[in-house]
Amino acid sequence: MAKNMKAPDAPKDIKKIFSRIFSYYKEYKLLVVIAVITAIFSSAASIVGTLFLKALIDTYITPIVEKAPGAPTIADFGIAVLAVGIVYIIGAVSTFTLNKIMLYISTRILDKVRTELFVKLQKLPIKFFDTHTHGELMSRFTNDVDALREMTSNSISHIFTTTLSIVSVFVTMIVLSWQLTILVVLMLFLVMFLIGKIGGNSGKYFKKQQEEIGKVNGFVEEMIEGQKVVKVFSYEETIKSDFDKINSDLCNAATKAHTFANILMPIMGNLAHAHYAITAVVGGIMAINGIITLGTVATFVQLTKSFFMPITQISQQFNSILIALAGAERIFNIIDEEPETDEGYVTLVNAEITPEGEIKETEKRTGIWAWKHPHNDGTLTYTRLTGNVEFDDVYFGYEENKTVLNGISLWAKDGQKIAFVGSTGAGKTTITNLINRFYDVPDGKIRYDGININKIKKADLRRSLSMVLQDTHLFTGTVMENIRYGKLDATDEECIAAAKLANAHSFIKHLPMGYDTLLTADGANLSQGQRQLIAIARAAVADPPVLILDEATSSIDTRTEALIEKGMDSLMEGRTVFVIAHRLSTVRNSHAIMVLEKGKIIERGNHDELIAQKGKYYQLYTGMFELS
Amino acid sequence: MIKKLFPCVGKYLKQSILAPIMVICEVILETTIPLVMVEIVDRGIKLGNIKYVAQMGAIMITMALFSLMFGALSGKFAAEASMGFAKNVRKKLFDKVQDFSFANVDKFSTASLITRLTTDVTNTQMSYMMLIRVFVRSPFMLVIATFEAFRINSKLAMTFVVAIPILAIALIIIAKFAFPLFEKMLKKYDALNASIQENLIGIRVVKAFVREDHESQKFRDASEKLRDMQYKAESVIIYSMPFMQLVVYGCTLAIYWFGGNLMVAGEMQDGELLGFITYIMQILMSLMMMSMIFITLVLSRASVERIVEVFDEEVDVADNENGLTSVSDGSVEFKDVNFSYSKDKENLTLENINLSIKSGETIGIIGGTGSSKTTLVQFIPRLYDVLSGEVLVGGKNVKEYTLDALRNSVAMVLQKNVLFSGTIKENLKWGDENATDEEIYEACKAAQAHDFIMSFPDGYDTDLGQGGVNVSGGQKQRLCIARALLKKPAIVILDDSTSAVDTATDSKIRQAFREKLADTTTIIIAQRISSVCDADRIIVLDDGKIDGIGTHEELLSSNAIYREVYDSQQKGAE
Repeated sequence: MAKNMKAPDAPKDIKKIFSRIFSYYKEYKLLVVIAVITAIFSSAASIVGTLFLKALIDTYITPIVEKAPGAPTIADFGIAVLAVGIVYIIGAVSTFTLNKIMLYISTRILDKVRTELFVKLQKLPIKFFDTHTHGELMSRFTNDVDALREMTSNSISHIFTTTLSIVSVFVTMIVLSWQLTILVVLMLFLVMFLIGKIGGNSGKYFKKQQEEIGKVNGFVEEMIEGQKVVKVFSYEETIKSDFDKINSDLCNAATKAHTFANILMPIMGNLAHAHYAITAVVGGIMAINGIITLGTVATFVQLTKSFFMPITQISQQFNSILIALAGAERIFNIIDEEPETDEGYVTLVNAEITPEGEIKETEKRTGIWAWKHPHNDGTLTYTRLTGNVEFDDVYFGYEENKTVLNGISLWAKDGQKIAFVGSTGAGKTTITNLINRFYDVPDGKIRYDGININKIKKADLRRSLSMVLQDTHLFTGTVMENIRYGKLDATDEECIAAAKLANAHSFIKHLPMGYDTLLTADGANLSQGQRQLIAIARAAVADPPVLILDEATSSIDTRTEALIEKGMDSLMEGRTVFVIAHRLSTVRNSHAIMVLEKGKIIERGNHDELIAQKGKYYQLYTGMFELS
Repeated sequence: MIKKLFPCVGKYLKQSILAPIMVICEVILETTIPLVMVEIVDRGIKLGNIKYVAQMGAIMITMALFSLMFGALSGKFAAEASMGFAKNVRKKLFDKVQDFSFANVDKFSTASLITRLTTDVTNTQMSYMMLIRVFVRSPFMLVIATFEAFRINSKLAMTFVVAIPILAIALIIIAKFAFPLFEKMLKKYDALNASIQENLIGIRVVKAFVREDHESQKFRDASEKLRDMQYKAESVIIYSMPFMQLVVYGCTLAIYWFGGNLMVAGEMQDGELLGFITYIMQILMSLMMMSMIFITLVLSRASVERIVEVFDEEVDVADNENGLTSVSDGSVEFKDVNFSYSKDKENLTLENINLSIKSGETIGIIGGTGSSKTTLVQFIPRLYDVLSGEVLVGGKNVKEYTLDALRNSVAMVLQKNVLFSGTIKENLKWGDENATDEEIYEACKAAQAHDFIMSFPDGYDTDLGQGGVNVSGGQKQRLCIARALLKKPAIVILDDSTSAVDTATDSKIRQAFREKLADTTTIIIAQRISSVCDADRIIVLDDGKIDGIGTHEELLSSNAIYREVYDSQQKGAE
C-alpha cells in the first residue's frame, strides 16, 4: 500500500487519457446529444432570467412609470413574467434531465471500467501479482475508481455547462456593452494570473502532501504488521515518537496544500465583488451620460457575477480532475497490461474409447479425457490424458540472470507419486508452478502426455491439474460453495463425498450450520488445519488426473494427518501426484523422491534407494541435517 | 460520536474557532455589499450623482478587499485546524493501537487497522474542514441574506417566508429517502471491495482451478448490482437541484411581478430590486452547499464510526503504571492457569496449568500443532492475560510489574517474526538502543549471525528492506534471536525460532546460550527433539494440558507422546 500512496504524478499524456475516457461515452451517443441539448437549455434559461431584468426595467417598468406613449400595460408585463416562468420551467426540467442522463451514463461507465479492470486482472499472469502488492491493486478499485467517479459524474458535465454559460454570458456582455466587457477582460487576466499562481503552489504542495501520506501509510503499515514484535520489545514509545515526526511533516505539507486551495475561492469570489463595484461605478457614469441604459447596467453587473463564479468553480475542480486523470492513467495501465499469453491450441475434450481402441471425441462427460491436437496439415489427433509429465533440462528464473532451477530433468509416469524434498528456495514450488504454467519456460522443455505444454491451452492444462497450496485460500461463501469451487457443477453429494475423503466431513458437520456455514474473510473462523482439509476436498471434487500437493498437510497435526492418510491415499490412487513436504514421513511411500538443492536435483530414487545411497536424503532422514 | 473526537481538536481549538469567525465576517461583508449596490443604483446612477457613485464604489471595493482578507484568513485557519485535527486523530489512533494487547490486535486485524489509520482519517479530516468552514457559512448566509432582504422590502421578502420552508421540507424529504439508499450502496461497495481483495489474495487458487471466467462473472453481477444501487441512491439526490431551481426561479418571478408592481406604484426602487435578486442567489448557493455538506457528512459517518470504535476499544492488558519496575530473577511460576482466546470457560485453550521454573533453568516445550505451546509462553511477557489463575515472574504476579519492566526482562522471539526496514544494526538496536558495537557483535556471535552478517558487503550496515526481504528465513531467525539477546533479559523464550536454521547451527546456538547465558532462564519451543533434549526439563503439552515434565531420559521412559515423537524423528536412523 505504501507504493500506491506515492504522489499522484501528473498524468503523462492528458490528451490521450481524456480521449480514452471520452471513448467510454461513445456507447451513449444519443444520450450525450440529449445531454448537450439539455445543458444548452439549462444555461440558456438562467441567462434569459438575467436578461429579463433589463427588459423588466427598460421595457416595462420605466415606460409604465413614465406613462410614455405606447407604453405596455401591467397585463403585458404579467404575460412577459409568465413567459419567463415557462422558460424557467424548461430550464429546471432540462437540468433534471441532464443530471439524470449524466448519472445514468457515469454509473454505467464506472461499472464498465471497474469490470474491465477486474476481468483484466483475472487474465494477468502470476508474475504481475508477484510485482504488485494487493494494497496497490486494491487502490485502483478504491481511490482511482472513486476519483474517476467524481470526474465522470460531476466534473465533466459541470465543466461543460459552466463553459457554456461562461461563453454565452460573455457574448451577451459584448452585445450589452463592449465598453464594460473590456473591463471584464482585464479582470479576467488578473483572475487567470492568480489562479495560475495559487493553483500552481497548491499543486506543488498537494504533491508534497501525497509524498508525506505515502510515508505515513508505509510506516503505519510496517509497524501495524509488526505490532506484536513492537510489543515484545516494549518499543511502543519510540515508535510513537517516530510516528509523531512524520505525522507532523504530513500535517505541515497538508496545511500548506489546503491553505492554498482554501484561499482560492474567497479571493476569486471577492475579486468578483470588487469588479462588480467597478462595473457599477463605470456603468453608472456611462448611464448618467446616457451611453447605456440603467437596465443594461443592472443586467451587466448581474452578468459579471455569473461570469466569474463558474471560472472560480472550474479552478476549484482542477485538482480533483488532475487526481482523476492520474487515477485513470493507472487504471488504463493495468487494462493495457499484456495478458497471460496463451498461444496454446491443444484442448482437453471428453472422450470415449471405441471398441477398436480408438479415441473419439464426445459431448458426454465420460470421465475419460483426451488432448485434441490439431496439426498444421489440418489433421486432428487425440491423445488420451493420462498424466505423464516430463521435464527436460529446464532452466528457469523469476528474474533475469537469477536462475532458480538449473537443468531439472524428471519423468513422472501416470499414477506415480513424485516427491520433492529440499530447503526453502531450492526450487520445489517453482517446479509445480511451471507444470501449470503460472510461469512459462522457454520452448520444448516440459511435456505433458508427450505434448509440449506451451502448446496446450492454459485453461485446459490447469483443468487437468489440481493444486492444494500451503496457504489455503477460501472464499467468502458457504463451506459447500468452497468445496464446489473445484467443480462448479458438482452435486451436493459429490461435495460431501469429497469432504469425507479429505476427512473434513466430521468437523464440517460440527460447524453451526454444517455445510451451509458461511465462511468469512478467507475462512478466518476455521483453523489453518481445517482450512487445508477443505482445500483438499476442493481438489478432490475436481477429480483431476494430476494432483499437486504443495505442503498441503503442513498445518494439519500429525494425528489428523494419520486419519486423512487413508483418504489421501485413495485420492492419490491412479493419479500422478507431485508432493512437496517438509515432513519426510509424508513422502516416504513415493515412487520417486527428488532431493533439490539450489535448483538442482542432487539425488533421486525411492526411499530405500536413497537411504542406501547414504547421501543428503539419508542425512535428512536420520536428522543429521534439517530442512529449512 | 463527535464528542469522542472533540479532544483531538487540542491546541488547534484557536484556529477551529477563528476559522468560523472569519467566515462569519466574510459573510457579513458579502451580504452587505448588495446593500451598497442598492445605494449606488438608487441614489447615484438614477439621480445622476457621479460623485456619490464613485464614493460608494470605493466603499464597495474596500469591503470586497476586506472580505477577501477574511476569506483568505478563514481558509488558512480552516486548513491549519483541520490538518492539525487530522494529525491529532491519527496520533491518538496510532498511540491507542500501540497500547493494544495482542488480543485487541487480533480482534481488529491489521488490515482494518491500517485502513482506519489512513483512509478513514482522511475522510474525517475533509468533513471537519467542511464543518468549520461551509457548515458555518451557509446557514449564516441564509439568515443574513433573508434578514437583509426583509430590510429592503418586507412585503417582497414574504416570498422567502413561503419559499424557504417549502425548500427545506423538500430537502429533508429527499435526504430522508436518500440516506438509507446511500447506506445500502456503501455496504454493497464495501462488500465488493472485500471480494476484490479476496480474489487478489487467492489469485493462485483462481488460476489453478481455471475460475477466471467464473470470478469475472461473479464480479460482473456484483458490480452491476452496485451500479444499480448507486443509480437508485443518486437518482433521489438529483431531484434536489432542479427542485431548488424551481423554487428559486419561482421566487425570482414573484419578485419580478410583485417588485414590478411595487415599482410602478412607486414603492420600490430599481436598485432595491437588484439587491433583492442578489440575495436570492446567495440563498440558493447556501442551500445548495448545505445539501452537499449533508451528503459528505453521511458518507464520512462510517469512517468516524470506525475511528471511534478503536478509541473505544478497551485495552484488555492494562498497564500497571505504578507497578514494580524491576524483575528480581528469572523464575517463572504458573498457578492453576486457565485460558481461552474467546474468554469462554467451556472451551479452554489451556487448562489447569501448574508449573514452576527456577531462575536460570533451560526448559524445552514439545507438543503437536494446536497443543497451545505458544499460548503457554505468551503469558510470561503478559502478551495476554490469563482467564483464571496466576502467572508469576521473579516471584511476583506479572500484573504487579509495569509492562515496560516486565517485557524488558522477558525477551521473546516470536514464531512469526518481523524485521523492519533499516539496516541490520538499526534492527538489532531494538534490543538495546545504547548497545555498543562490541555488545552487538557478541549477541550476533551467540546467535550464530555474526559470520553471515560479515559476509555481506555492507556488514552490519546492510539494508534489510521492508520486512527484512533481503535475508533468508534462517538468517532472519538468527537476527531476531540476536535482537532479543541484546535486551540482556532474565528470561529468553524461543518460540520455534530456529525452525529454518540447520541442526548444526541450531546446536551451536544452544551451546552459546548455555555458556554465555547460564543465568538466564531459557524456554525453547521446538518441533525437533534434538532442539530440546539437552534441556534441564522438557514439558510435553497435549491439547492445552501438561502431559508430562521431566528430562529427556525420564520422558522417554515414562511419556508415551514424547516417545512417539522421538520415534517418528529417529526412524531410519539406526
